[in-house]
Amino acid sequence: MPERIIESFNVRYLSVLDEKGDADESLMPSLSDEDIKRIYELLILSRTFDHHALSLQREGRMGTYASILGQEASQIGSAYALEKSDWIFPSFREMGVYIAMGYPIDMLLQYWSGDERGMKTPDDLNIFSLSVPVGTQIPHAVGAAMAAKYKGDKIAVACYFGDGGTSKGDFHEGFNMAGVVKLPVVFICQNNQWAISVSRDKQTASKTLAQKAFAYGFEGVQVDGNDIFAVYKAAKEAVEKARSGGGPTFIECFTYRMSDHTTADDATRYRTKEDVETWAQKDPILRLRLFMERKGLWTEQYEKEVEENAKAVVDEAVKNEEAIERPDPKDMFRYTYETLMPRQIREMREL
Amino acid sequence: MPKLNMVQAINLALKEEMQRDSSVVILGEDVGKDGGVFRVTEGLWEEFGSERVIDTPLAESGIIGAAIGMAVYGLKPIAEIQFMGFIYPAIDQIFSHASRVRNRSRGRFTCPLVIRTPYGVGIKAPDLHSESTEALFCQMPGVKVVVPSSPYNAKGLLVSAIRDPDPVIFLESTRLYRLIKEDVPKDEYTIPLGEARVIQEGKDITVIAWGSMLHRVLQAVEEFDAEVIDMMTLSPFDEETIFKSVKKTGRAVIVHEAPKTCGFGAELSATIAEDAMLYLKAPIVRVTGYDVVMPLPKLEDYYMPTVERIKQDLEEVMKY
Repeated sequence: MPERIIESFNVRYLSVLDEKGDADESLMPSLSDEDIKRIYELLILSRTFDHHALSLQREGRMGTYASILGQEASQIGSAYALEKSDWIFPSFREMGVYIAMGYPIDMLLQYWSGDERGMKTPDDLNIFSLSVPVGTQIPHAVGAAMAAKYKGDKIAVACYFGDGGTSKGDFHEGFNMAGVVKLPVVFICQNNQWAISVSRDKQTASKTLAQKAFAYGFEGVQVDGNDIFAVYKAAKEAVEKARSGGGPTFIECFTYRMSDHTTADDATRYRTKEDVETWAQKDPILRLRLFMERKGLWTEQYEKEVEENAKAVVDEAVKNEEAIERPDPKDMFRYTYETLMPRQIREMREL
Repeated sequence: MPKLNMVQAINLALKEEMQRDSSVVILGEDVGKDGGVFRVTEGLWEEFGSERVIDTPLAESGIIGAAIGMAVYGLKPIAEIQFMGFIYPAIDQIFSHASRVRNRSRGRFTCPLVIRTPYGVGIKAPDLHSESTEALFCQMPGVKVVVPSSPYNAKGLLVSAIRDPDPVIFLESTRLYRLIKEDVPKDEYTIPLGEARVIQEGKDITVIAWGSMLHRVLQAVEEFDAEVIDMMTLSPFDEETIFKSVKKTGRAVIVHEAPKTCGFGAELSATIAEDAMLYLKAPIVRVTGYDVVMPLPKLEDYYMPTVERIKQDLEEVMKY
């Protein structure tokens, strides 16, 4: 009885747009000039939001916040492949996804300022409340996909998490179920190389995170997470595959967390300046700008307009958010159950 | 009217609700073709198919997590955890998510989910097959905890739990599954959550219990003029029925299978002490499992409150 290979896998890596702004035309996804400009504007808006959020936190005007700096292409590129009817299960570092889907920016600020009302997703969106515990949203996405499949809804479910999330048991349990039932889910991992202070090589001995999907019976692909076209292309294909009954896909966006884990963290304690500088060269917005300039889609005047517009939008959102009155203290009781418990009614009277 | 045991009554409730509402689905380990290890879901896979009676991989956190996703999407999932001792890996999903979905989204998303799980001593089984940790879940706002004590109330309570807009933990005593048969109407009826029931009126002493312990209580009180309350729902619990009874009898004994420390009896005892102290003629007494790790079958009879132990405590309270 000879020993033989009974299974083997190849992990694809996708990159379309390089750091100099050169795109591989043979791999370019179908995007109109208008799409590209819209994507660029969303990237700038997300970065502007992030910058403002960090400043507001430093000034004591907002609570702890998890920056998306450096990960904008992974977020906008994947979200741009989704429809409003699709369902999204985000982690806590997903403000670019929210912004790309049209979530009101003042509500995001409201949430990070410590007001639950900011997480009341508007009725025209299906973004589930962000998950603070790492990776626990993965089975939720799987369950929603099971429900969509049962109801015959032709939608995709997108589930976002980070490299740290791949170490959790819920990653395994969710991926396993998604594979068994062949569900319409797109798992999007932003491998930003750091789970607070623990580097990617200490998180798993796997060469890639993408390869983990093959053990669950579906494809995993690694993409350059700072390359908006690669992320969009992989996401678009995965979403279409999900909608047409082709089952789940795992996309590992290879990127970098340029900021601290949150405003409560100091990344200089555990990583080098050189590492961060190397990744600064790979900036996702810079390379799209170079590409657009070459295509005649970007001018300094355009940049000025986009930046000013983004600043105005965020300034307006800050103004709106800061004008919102504190929630009624009784509000903390109102959403525990559909109806108040007798004991809650008595407790409410104390406020 | 058919005489059913608790397994059959629960099975009937599941079947009728699935027939009534196509958004009701069942998921769990061995719930499909096998009909569940206690046969509670027997025949449902054949009637409703594998899309509605879903045999899941062996993954408790995944089962509850997926059920949350289904509930948020608009289904009414009923997840079975094979034994209460196996719910611990899923506590993260229950505490971190199921209980908080409504609050976190200010009501935009809700989690109408039922988690059925067999609990307690009863089948001489291995480690972690006899747990009674209901109080853990009573401390978590956002979930409800229901413990039926008979085939009749199991059916009525389960129908209410399935129709409830919030997550419900539904605990089924393995000892009671096949212990008693009683009349269970085929017609639709519900028993509201959050209401206790006086199942025997009396003047001298109030005895409070739920689930499997209720039957030992009924044997123990035979020589007393005792009022017996079946809690049925532990969270939210019915304070009024307890106050009314304790104010009448002036004595309260609480009996449960779980360990004494931080058991649900502690909450009931404190509640009575806070609001009915001046009516009491004797201290409130708890007759409970001991503060030990649930023993394996050879010692489980020593762990459980017996009819004799309950009687002794009732006598002590009466003599005080």
